[in-house]
Amino acid sequence: MAQLSVNALSKQFGGIVALQDVSFDVQEGEVLGLIGPNGAGKTTLFNCVSRFYDPDGGSISFDSVDLLRLPPHRVVRAGIARTFQNVLLFKGMTVLENVLVGQQSRARGGLLSWPLPLPRAWRKEQELRRSPLEILDWLGLADLRDLPAVGLPFGVQKRVELARALAANPKLLLLDEPASGLSHEELKGLAQLILAIRQDLKVTVLLVEHNMDLVMSISDRVCVLNFGRRIAVGTPDDVRSNPAVIEAYLGEQDAQG
Amino acid sequence: MELIGSGIGALLESPVFLAAPPWENPDLFGEQIVAGLATGSIYALMALAIVLIYRSTDVLNFAQGEMAMFGAFAMWSLWLAGLEPWQIIIIGVMLAAGIGAVIERLAIRPTQGAPQLNVVVVTLGLFILLNSVATWVWAQGDLPKVFPSPLSTTASVDIGIARITEHRILILGVGLSIMVALFALFNYTKLGLAMRATAQNRLASQLMGINVGRMLTLGWALSAAVGGLAGLLIAPITFLHPGFMFSVLIFAFAAAVLGGLNSPPGAVVGGFIIGVGENLLGTYTPQDILGTEMKLPLILLLLVIVLLVRPTGLFGQPEARRV
Repeated sequence: MAQLSVNALSKQFGGIVALQDVSFDVQEGEVLGLIGPNGAGKTTLFNCVSRFYDPDGGSISFDSVDLLRLPPHRVVRAGIARTFQNVLLFKGMTVLENVLVGQQSRARGGLLSWPLPLPRAWRKEQELRRSPLEILDWLGLADLRDLPAVGLPFGVQKRVELARALAANPKLLLLDEPASGLSHEELKGLAQLILAIRQDLKVTVLLVEHNMDLVMSISDRVCVLNFGRRIAVGTPDDVRSNPAVIEAYLGEQDAQG
Repeated sequence: MELIGSGIGALLESPVFLAAPPWENPDLFGEQIVAGLATGSIYALMALAIVLIYRSTDVLNFAQGEMAMFGAFAMWSLWLAGLEPWQIIIIGVMLAAGIGAVIERLAIRPTQGAPQLNVVVVTLGLFILLNSVATWVWAQGDLPKVFPSPLSTTASVDIGIARITEHRILILGVGLSIMVALFALFNYTKLGLAMRATAQNRLASQLMGINVGRMLTLGWALSAAVGGLAGLLIAPITFLHPGFMFSVLIFAFAAAVLGGLNSPPGAVVGGFIIGVGENLLGTYTPQDILGTEMKLPLILLLLVIVLLVRPTGLFGQPEARRV
């Protein structure tokens, strides 16, 4: 059974159709790329899964749980974390504090407990799951842990946001344009990083991205939206040669002149 | 205004005439400093209450003082009914927290998404509502009413550098403990982290599994409890009447702005600076020229000068916005 199942999802804003009857599944352990021209409805779909929007029709289920019945703050505990295209960090907090907030939903102990892992001597009893410090280490952010998040370069902020999402120990990670705004150097590492998240951390990845090289090189399957409708789904090769997809992208290029 | 004037007068207990300079009478100087720190910790608590709400809701809560006043009157009734002064402080703080939570749910939550000005008008409405109801229910007969303290407001203790009344020691002790406890709460607990996250970015907080609505209610409850405590601690000095928190609120606003409206440590420092500054001005400025009435404008002048140099206050961070 699919891990995430989107069924006949529809969403309108005023008279504008953002999503219409969109259906697709995400299998556990795969990287699924979600692509489409600007305004195709990709971010709207992310926002429906994150429960920021209530869809007008259709259903979303995750691990057999009806997501639409959860309030937004329960989504992460159900096992879904996400990042944002423009990065939504807690700007007044340090890098480490940001990641601690991410770990909040699964941390043990009462509300008045200390959110950091205990000193080494006590740590044997600590849960074996990844701690915030280990995640920072894994993403090469350990040296920056006490710096305020606000002053960091955009690419680093994106990694901090990724660390925060991973700290929630998700089963499914929604990445909203992880490549946008990255330098050429940072881009090179991103593909490996996403594959490592899938391989080493056993996290399913649903990815919205405009960088075609990236999407096509790391996705197991690709789902294409255009004007709020799903026009294709399949392996990168299938999608690349799909006439409807070619038309959607070429049409957009024509429109942009 | 008569009552407010007498309230401030009692609050300050400052001599009527120009005092001897500090080098001639160091005891008086020490006393004024310590007494100023005690009043300052009241301002600091009120300023903290204001800053807590401002950080999480971007609202200046003009009803903060009246919420404390309302709670103090309710406690005064319980005192008449036979409760002990220390019980009154504990129950009073819990009642204040309840008032804060109810106000958030009933009056503030429905304005979510409305322009800022609407929320300001709601807090002004609360100000008038609470003041009117308190006047209607409690302000019968002689005013101001005597308010009890667990310690004496007249007996004083020698603490080395100065003599200070037992009640002012209570104010300083409780005030400082609360400030330390709040600092620990916000910096070293999960709850504090969640409240800070909510204050900074609601969308991202929700995404990370924080129940944003609950945090906002808790934030208002906490703020009202801190402000209510300030009211319960100052009432034995100023006595109780429906306007007894007006001047405290103005000084607390000044303290919050001086320290930086989004900085809790700034609110504390601002509170102490204003408390001490107010006392020293009252003691050492010539009364026939400036008078007690000119202390407030002078403090506000100091505030304006600080803001000219540091527009975000002493500890405030300018808000960075992506344009």
